[in-house]
Amino acid sequence: MSRKRAIRWTICFAALALLAVVFFILELAVGSAKLSLNDVAGAFTGSSDRSARTIVRDIRLPRALAAVLLGGALSVSGFLLQSFFNNPIAGPYVLGISSGAKLTVALSMMFTMKYGILLNSAEMVGAAFVGSMLSMGAILLLSGRVKNMAQLIIAGVMIGYICSALTELAVTFADDANIVNLHNWSMGSFSGINMNNVKTIAVIVLAAVSAAFMLSKPMSAYQLGESYAKNMGVNIKLFRTALILLSSILSACVTAFAGPVSFVGIAVPHLVKTAFGTAKPIVIIPASFIGGAVFCLVCDLIARMLFAPVELSISTITAVFGAPVVIMAMLSRRKEVSE
Amino acid sequence: MSSVILSSEELSVGYGKKVVVSGLAFEISRGEILTIIGPNGAGKSTILKSIAAQLPVISGRVSIAGNDITEMSPNDLAQKLSVCLTERITAEKMTCEDVVSTGRYPYTGRLGILSSGDKDIVREAMELTGVSYLADTDIRCISDGQRQTIMLARAIAQQPEVLILDEPTSFLDINNKLRLLSILRELARNRNIAVVQTLHELDLAQRFSDKILCIKDNKADRLGTPEEIFSGDYISELYSIANGSFLSEFGTAEALKVTGEPQVFVIGGGGSGIDTYRRLQRQGIPFAAGVIHENDLDYPVARSLAAELVTEKAFEPVSEESVQRALAIMKKCDEVICCPDSFGTMNAGNKRLFEAYKSLIKSK
Repeated sequence: MSRKRAIRWTICFAALALLAVVFFILELAVGSAKLSLNDVAGAFTGSSDRSARTIVRDIRLPRALAAVLLGGALSVSGFLLQSFFNNPIAGPYVLGISSGAKLTVALSMMFTMKYGILLNSAEMVGAAFVGSMLSMGAILLLSGRVKNMAQLIIAGVMIGYICSALTELAVTFADDANIVNLHNWSMGSFSGINMNNVKTIAVIVLAAVSAAFMLSKPMSAYQLGESYAKNMGVNIKLFRTALILLSSILSACVTAFAGPVSFVGIAVPHLVKTAFGTAKPIVIIPASFIGGAVFCLVCDLIARMLFAPVELSISTITAVFGAPVVIMAMLSRRKEVSE
Repeated sequence: MSSVILSSEELSVGYGKKVVVSGLAFEISRGEILTIIGPNGAGKSTILKSIAAQLPVISGRVSIAGNDITEMSPNDLAQKLSVCLTERITAEKMTCEDVVSTGRYPYTGRLGILSSGDKDIVREAMELTGVSYLADTDIRCISDGQRQTIMLARAIAQQPEVLILDEPTSFLDINNKLRLLSILRELARNRNIAVVQTLHELDLAQRFSDKILCIKDNKADRLGTPEEIFSGDYISELYSIANGSFLSEFGTAEALKVTGEPQVFVIGGGGSGIDTYRRLQRQGIPFAAGVIHENDLDYPVARSLAAELVTEKAFEPVSEESVQRALAIMKKCDEVICCPDSFGTMNAGNKRLFEAYKSLIKSK
């Protein structure tokens, strides 16, 4: 049994890694300026021409890295929330956490732009984190009162709408120049992320995902319910706080740089759990990270290429692929419970 | 052998500031099974949760091997005490083996990876409880009874010194109830584990406990051996039984007696009358029973169900006086049912009674 499982997990991990590499290279090569694999390789070794080098190293590479890191961050954030609420359809987007982050980032951007200040990466993340925590706080307050998980999700969606409405309102009164900027970002996109942003993203995301990975032991105990986890020696308060903080940091980081990206946080963990046939955090956290990276690379490729040169927002594509998976997740839960 | 492992002093338990049960004092030794019984809502589960440190105690203390549980680290406590709860497991994509493996939690390292020793303990816990065949099955796809057994295996894999179970037999059929309780007995006897449980099945509590703690009206009403607790009318008092009666000898209940002028006279003895008594009760017919020895199998049931009962002292032949008393009642009845197939020396009186009845019919 454990042998069969080990084989299955190895195959799944290998497949994910392979897909990640393939799509990463495609993300570098494909675009309005088509480059051969030689050109892409040359951009790093210096043998390609100047324009190819600029396209690959300054535009496509940061974008691809952002898709990897932010996609991974979203999926892990979703998995943490699903563990916290013991609900497979919980995620940063449906619970309104992304929208909360979007609101505070938009407000901060407009406020600082008025004085001609541009926020740096860390400040953007900070603003987004405040928004995430505000939405999270609202959800936590409600979670104590609502009777079932469906109600919690509805509450989250409503919080998301409120935040989006407030953001729209703020955008309406913003200066013309800002609107374009803001609008583009608030729909979700990996474009316009530079290498400096990527460095900040890498530090935050890798630290938070590693911390989440270190929580996989209490998370596996927590899957049996709070009472059992307590009996096994889990410090429940500390653990729950850590889950909330980590998932908020991760989704805040995504929103700060790419705007709200829908459904990845639910769809990827569900697909990964199904493929691996387990919900063990020690397997699913790294697998979700890689899976999220692949998912976002693919979606970004489609967003860029489908109607090139017009670029679609990333959320449009993640929704098309992600939302049906969310419905599948919901149905599979119902089926399993009724058995 | 009789070293105290779990004890409580002046313990008050409840939720927040609301005291549910107060003044609890008990001691359990290694290898003993303590069962907590009492009416619904008496606070049995609250006591269990407090002993298991799931719920902060309001006052007093609970000690394991002399250490106050509030002063122990969560991990130390987890190595000494494990629980088996009624809570439903909703974890997705967990096999039964995964669930049992979580019992090793307090013994594994930072990432919770099981050593081969841990795996052996998990396997052995599943073998002991007879659920090895479920190892690869999803925890959500098994019956309630199987799930309960899996949770017991999990608790065993935690290698506790004290095992706490909240109504472990609730969802099980009778065979599984017996099997689970036998496993608990085996754990207590062979591994010296102290077991604290709540049970609703009084007959099983009577048979599978070393000590019984009775909770009523916010306090420990009695603490004693099953023989002490199941004596006289105590259980009836404990549960304020008004809708029937309780037979302490068997640990079972009988339905409510049909009162009124007896319409049927049942001659019983040696257990032959029980079925008839119960049938008449079901049909709502008041009946008289006789002549029953006070040590007869029929006696407790007849005492519970018969509107009138003629008895004889234990080990004494049925006296003429008793026969006459029975005959007097019989004459007022519409029907007589004679249950025993045969009569012997001690119940020869019942034979005379039956013959008297037959001649009575002829003369009519």
